[in-house]
Amino acid sequence: MIILFYLSSGLFLGWSLGANDAANVFGTAVGSRMIRFKTAAIVASIFVILGAVIQGAGASHTLGKLGSISTLAAAFTVALSAALTVFWMTRLKLPVSTSQAIVGAIIGWNFYTNNPTDLNILTKIVSTWVSGPILGGIFSVLLFILIRKVNQKTKIHLLYRHSYIKFGLLIVGAFGAYSLGANNIANVMGVFTTAITLPTIDLGFVSIDSTQQLFLVGGIAIAVGIITYSKHVMETVGNTLMPLTPDAAIVVVLSQALVLFIFSSQTLSNSLQSIGLPAIPLVPVSSSQVVIGSIIGIGLYKGGKEIKYNILGSISLGWIATPIVAGIMAFIMLFFVNNVFKQNVGTNNLIETKIKVVKGAATTINISDSTYTGINQTEPIVNDSIINKEKRITQRDTQSASKTKLIIIWIELLIIIILAFILIYYLWFRNKKTNKLKLEYNLFKEKTLLKVGSLKKRIVEKELRQENLGKELKFRQNEMVTMAMSIIQKNEFLENLKREIIKIKSRVSDHETRLGLNKLSLMITQDLSIDRDRERFQLIVNEQSNNFNQRLTDRFPKLTDNEKRLIALLRLNLSSKEIASILNISPKSVEMNRYRLRKKLQVEPKTTLNDFIRKF
Amino acid sequence: MSVLFKNVKQLVFDIDNYIDTVEQGTLVFKEGIVNYLKGEKSSFAEKIDTITQLETRADKLQRKIDNQFYHHSILPQNVSDIEIMLDKIDELIDISKDILYQFDDELPFIPKELVNDYLRLADASCEAALTCFPATRTFFREPLKVRDMLVKVYFYEKETDKLARNIKRKLFHEMPDLRLSEKIHLRYFTLHIETISDKAENLADMLSILALKMSI
Repeated sequence: MIILFYLSSGLFLGWSLGANDAANVFGTAVGSRMIRFKTAAIVASIFVILGAVIQGAGASHTLGKLGSISTLAAAFTVALSAALTVFWMTRLKLPVSTSQAIVGAIIGWNFYTNNPTDLNILTKIVSTWVSGPILGGIFSVLLFILIRKVNQKTKIHLLYRHSYIKFGLLIVGAFGAYSLGANNIANVMGVFTTAITLPTIDLGFVSIDSTQQLFLVGGIAIAVGIITYSKHVMETVGNTLMPLTPDAAIVVVLSQALVLFIFSSQTLSNSLQSIGLPAIPLVPVSSSQVVIGSIIGIGLYKGGKEIKYNILGSISLGWIATPIVAGIMAFIMLFFVNNVFKQNVGTNNLIETKIKVVKGAATTINISDSTYTGINQTEPIVNDSIINKEKRITQRDTQSASKTKLIIIWIELLIIIILAFILIYYLWFRNKKTNKLKLEYNLFKEKTLLKVGSLKKRIVEKELRQENLGKELKFRQNEMVTMAMSIIQKNEFLENLKREIIKIKSRVSDHETRLGLNKLSLMITQDLSIDRDRERFQLIVNEQSNNFNQRLTDRFPKLTDNEKRLIALLRLNLSSKEIASILNISPKSVEMNRYRLRKKLQVEPKTTLNDFIRKF
Repeated sequence: MSVLFKNVKQLVFDIDNYIDTVEQGTLVFKEGIVNYLKGEKSSFAEKIDTITQLETRADKLQRKIDNQFYHHSILPQNVSDIEIMLDKIDELIDISKDILYQFDDELPFIPKELVNDYLRLADASCEAALTCFPATRTFFREPLKVRDMLVKVYFYEKETDKLARNIKRKLFHEMPDLRLSEKIHLRYFTLHIETISDKAENLADMLSILALKMSI
């Protein structure tokens, strides 16, 4: 149970690795809906575990050489500090890598326990951080050229090609997941391998040793991270650096898998050594950075226009900032665990070794003493004093050496802390500035959107009002037209009546009847000339065209009332014949009036009078 | 392996079948116009029946292809482009059918002097469409070659425009005996036949852009 508690920090690290780094393997495939998340998660989980158990030892061994963490409490603290660094830096949106965090935390432990950091191993590790992305870029360019050539040479149907890519993404993704497990399990469980020893499980056909059991647990933690949280990352990361086609995606994943595989394959390293080539450093490398290297490789091959180059600066900052932050955090946490919780976080191996050497020397001398005892009894006193003197000298030497070393370490540590604080402050400041700019931008965007929204609303309201007014106007116009039509019809009827009366009058000889008919005809004529309906209609027209009349008078002050009346009727789109009927004049007169009006209003030859009035 | 790609195999088959159907439709349209111009009424009626059947088949196939693309998540990034392209292919058979029906319904009177012109117009317009189909098939296999194949489409489209303009000029300048209503009627039919090559040109534009997109 206590082991599980101590392992929890490593498991947390594994979970976050699974959640974030699985997107490097299946991100594009899932993001572009080529592969379903469920399939991707199952394949990735299985192959991550397989990679961790089968091939995880190599990279872990190198981390062990950097700092052999011997106690469980120290391993827990180192893993926790790496996990917290990753968590904290991710929260601050700073570039971070689990591999770099764990290396920094181990160096922090080395500092705290006064263990020397093997500079050769450190150089080897740091060089892979740089060479990993570069190698990824080279692989991706080569693979991209190859895939292009294959596409051009073979006339595969577009849909078959898509299926092959889909299938290929799954296979390459499985290989990528295997390599991720093999290479990055060292980050998760590497620090626990020397602190925890478990009995070997013999399954008959295969036996699983202590390290493999730890890697299995770590692999499961990564798998849990993939299943529970990577979906969100896969769907959102997508094309952060550069938009990727499915062809490019398969190339990126394959080159990443190859790089991770190369940096974790003991067999490959041994075979290179056997043919006289230098061994490959088996080191955990950041899968995200290799992916970035691969994408940049393709981008450069395509001309480099689509690449966001500032991401390169972020990677470089990540190389420096992550280990320093993790190292400081590990140092501080180890201090607390050691002094507050009184847990053994490991000892100075160098001092221990020297003491062992001294003890060994003393024993040798003692053995030789015993051989001498039988020969000369006076010698022991002399020998004792010599041995004590030697012991004291050696102890003094060792103490003074360790004191000098301690002072140097403290000075180095102080410088690193100062540098780290400056760096963190810079990163924090930069981040704050970016956030502030983002906030301002968002605020501005929101304000603009609000303004646009309110303007749109006002436009809609205005349009609605205009529409309503238009409808009302149309209704009124229709009303007026109807009224005009009824007047026209009535007048036509009266005209016909008058004509009939005149006809009857010509046939009738009776004087009285003729007088009566004359009277009737006169009445009709009077009604036609003094028509109340017409007056009412004119009143309505004037009322409706109040503004229009005002505008008309302002612009053309010389217009007579009759002309204004004609304009009002023309505005209703009535024909000359209809107007003639309403005004009780002949159509020819209307035409003449129109002609005069045209002259007065100075209407251009191309424009019709009706159009001019309607647009006025 | 064949089980893995069963859906794709079916889809490839359906797309080929769809293009074949539309191609047949265009050929039937061409023959239908010839029949009408030569006064072969029964053959013309036959062509109308055939093109109606082909259009229905093409529609069914198009719906099936759409479903397969989305159901099996095939080419998710380019599916909308391909759908638009298939729509443009479908427009060719739709318009061909509509034009034949218009001939059947409105029975335009075509003077003997213009029969040959109309034959040439129909031939050039259909040729523009017919050159599009091999390019469409090539698009799925060798996108880089598509642009070269489309040169013919643009050539036939321009030829169709010229022929149509000639017919309209003849109608309004050299045929005073024809009534204005007849001239306008024939003008519209010239325009209808011309539409086929215009649609083919649209398809060609789409194909060349898509081919470029695919080859990047």
